[in-house]
Amino acid sequence: MGHELMGQLVQYIQSYLSSDQTPGAAGNMFWVLVYILAVFVGLSIAVIAMNWLERKILAHMQVRLGPMRVGPHGLLQPIADAIKLLLKEDIIPAEADVAIFWMAPFMVVLAAFTVFIVVPFGPTHAVTDMNIGILFMLGVSSLSVLGIVMAGWASNSHYPLIGALRSSAQMVSYEVAMGLAVVSAIVMTSLNASGTGTLSMIGIVQAQQEQGVWFIFKFFPLGLIAFFIFAVAMVAETNRAPFDLAEAESELTAGFHTEYSGFRWSLFFLAEYSAMIAVSSIAVTLWLGGWLRPFPNLLSGSTWDLIFSLFPGVTFLFLAAMCFFNAVRMPKHPFFRIQTIGLAGFGVVLGLIGLVMLVPAVRIRVQDIFWFAAKVAAFMYLYIWYRGTFPRYRFDQLMQMGWKVLLPMGLGVLILTATAGLWPLIQHSIWHP
Amino acid sequence: MAVDTAFNMAPVATPFFFYMLSGIMLIGGILVITRKNPVHSALALITVLLAQAAIYLMLYAPFVAGVQIILYAGGIMVLFLFVIMLVNIDRAAKERTFNSQWLVGSVAAIALGGLFVAVYVKGGNIFPEHALSVIENDNTQKVATMLYGQYMFAFEIASLLLLVAIIGAVVMAKKRI
Repeated sequence: MGHELMGQLVQYIQSYLSSDQTPGAAGNMFWVLVYILAVFVGLSIAVIAMNWLERKILAHMQVRLGPMRVGPHGLLQPIADAIKLLLKEDIIPAEADVAIFWMAPFMVVLAAFTVFIVVPFGPTHAVTDMNIGILFMLGVSSLSVLGIVMAGWASNSHYPLIGALRSSAQMVSYEVAMGLAVVSAIVMTSLNASGTGTLSMIGIVQAQQEQGVWFIFKFFPLGLIAFFIFAVAMVAETNRAPFDLAEAESELTAGFHTEYSGFRWSLFFLAEYSAMIAVSSIAVTLWLGGWLRPFPNLLSGSTWDLIFSLFPGVTFLFLAAMCFFNAVRMPKHPFFRIQTIGLAGFGVVLGLIGLVMLVPAVRIRVQDIFWFAAKVAAFMYLYIWYRGTFPRYRFDQLMQMGWKVLLPMGLGVLILTATAGLWPLIQHSIWHP
Repeated sequence: MAVDTAFNMAPVATPFFFYMLSGIMLIGGILVITRKNPVHSALALITVLLAQAAIYLMLYAPFVAGVQIILYAGGIMVLFLFVIMLVNIDRAAKERTFNSQWLVGSVAAIALGGLFVAVYVKGGNIFPEHALSVIENDNTQKVATMLYGQYMFAFEIASLLLLVAIIGAVVMAKKRI
C-alpha cells in the first residue's frame, strides 16, 4: 500500500515534466511549491549579490575600493551584514503605534515578493500565468506604498512622517505615467490577426515573438518613448536615486524607516531590492522581449541558436576564469592564504555551474531564464549607475517631471500608438471609402 | 487516486472561502466604524477592500479584482491615509463626532436589514441556483468588448463626469486660475 502510494506520488511529480505549461496552469501543487521556493531563493541570492555589487560598483565609480576585508574582494560582506542585522537590538519607539509598526515591514515585503508569481522567466518558467498578469503586478506592487505610509506614520516621529508623505505622493504620481506607458505597450499586443490583446505576462512576450519585434523597437520611436517613460517612472516608484527623496539622508536621516532597526530594517531593505527587480522584470517583459534571445531575426538559424544557447554556460565559465585570475593576483602573504583559497573555491563552484549549463538537456531549459536574468541585470546596473551619476531631484522638480512632462508624453504616445496600430485600417478606409 | 485528490488544486470558489472572506469583510467593516483612531479605520477599510477583491476572484472576474486592488487599495486609500496622517489624531480622537444622526441612521439600518431579510427569504426565486459558467481566461477581453462596444455611451458619460469632477477640484483648490 505504502509502496503503491509512493509510486503514485512519483508519477504525479513526473507527470508535470512532460507538459509544456506553467505549474499553475497544469494545476500541479508540488511543482508550484518547487517554483515558488526556487523564485524565493533566487531572489534572495539576487538581493545579496546586488548588495555587494552596488557597494563595489559605486566604490569603483568614485575611485574607491569598496568592501575588501570580509572575504576575498569583500564577497562575504553581505552575509556579515545580514548576521549583524539579525543580532542587532530590535527597538520599538515608546510612542509608536506598535501594531502598525509591526505590520508595516511585512506589508512591504509581501507586496514586493508576491508579484513574482506571474513574472515569466521563460515560456513555462513562471509560477503561474494570469489573465490579468500585468494588472496584478502593478496592483500588488502599488500596495507597497501602504506599507511605507504605515511605517512612517506608526513611528510617530517627524522625519519618518515627512519621508512617508513624500514617498506616497511620489509613488502615486508616477504610477499614473507608468500606467500610461504600460497601456501603450499592451495596445501593441493586440496587433495580430484576431485583434485582441492580452494582459498576461507570458502572452505579452509571445505577442512580441509572433510579431517578430521587441516592443521597444515597434513603431519607432513610439515604443522607445514609452519605454523611456517607464524607465524613469520605475526609478521613482522604487524610491531610488535620483528620486530617493523619501530617504534623503542629508534632510531626513533615513526617511520612513528611520526608527526601524535590526531585522525589521532588513525587511525594508529586502523589499526595496526585490521591488527593483520586479519593476525591471516588468520593463523587460513589456519592451525587451522577456525571455527571448537577442537578434532573433538578424542572426537566425540553427547555428546561431546553438551559439546563443551556449551563452549561459560560457558566462559562468568566464566568471570562474575571473575568479581564478584574481586568486592568482592575490598578495602572496600568508595572511591572504584563506582568502585566496576561498576565491579559487568560489571559482570552482562557478565553473562547475557553467559546465552543467553546457549540457544540451540543461542548456535548452536554462537559456530563457538566462536571457531574462541578463536583461534584468542590465537594469540593476543602470540603477547603480544612476545612483553614482545623478544628483538628487528637488521635490517640486520631481512633481513637475511626473505630472507636466511624463504624463502628457505618456498620453501622447498612447494616442499615437493606437493611431499607428489602426493606420492600415484608416488608410484602407481613405482609399476605398 | 488518493494522491491526485490530495495534491491537485481544488477550485477556489468553495463555500469555505466565501464564508472566510465574508467574515473578514464583516469584522473589517465593524472595525472601520468602531475604531477611534482614523488611521486604524482606514487600514480596516483596506482589509475589507482586499477581501472584496478576493471575492471578485472567486466569482471568476479577475479583471475587476485587479482594478479593485489598483484603484481602491493602492490608489484611493493611499490618498485617504495621506490626508488622515496630516490630521492631529490626538485631538481628533478626543472630540465628539458631530454627525450623530441617530434617527436617519436607524431608519437606514432598518431598511437595509429588511432588504437583507427579504433577499434571504425570497432569494431562491430571484437568483440562479448555479453559478454562471464563465470562462476565466478571456475575462478581460470580454469586459473590454462590453465597455467599448455595447456600453460605449455610458462609459464615455462616466469619463466625462470624472473630468468634470477633476475640473471642479482644480477650480476649488486654486485661488487664481
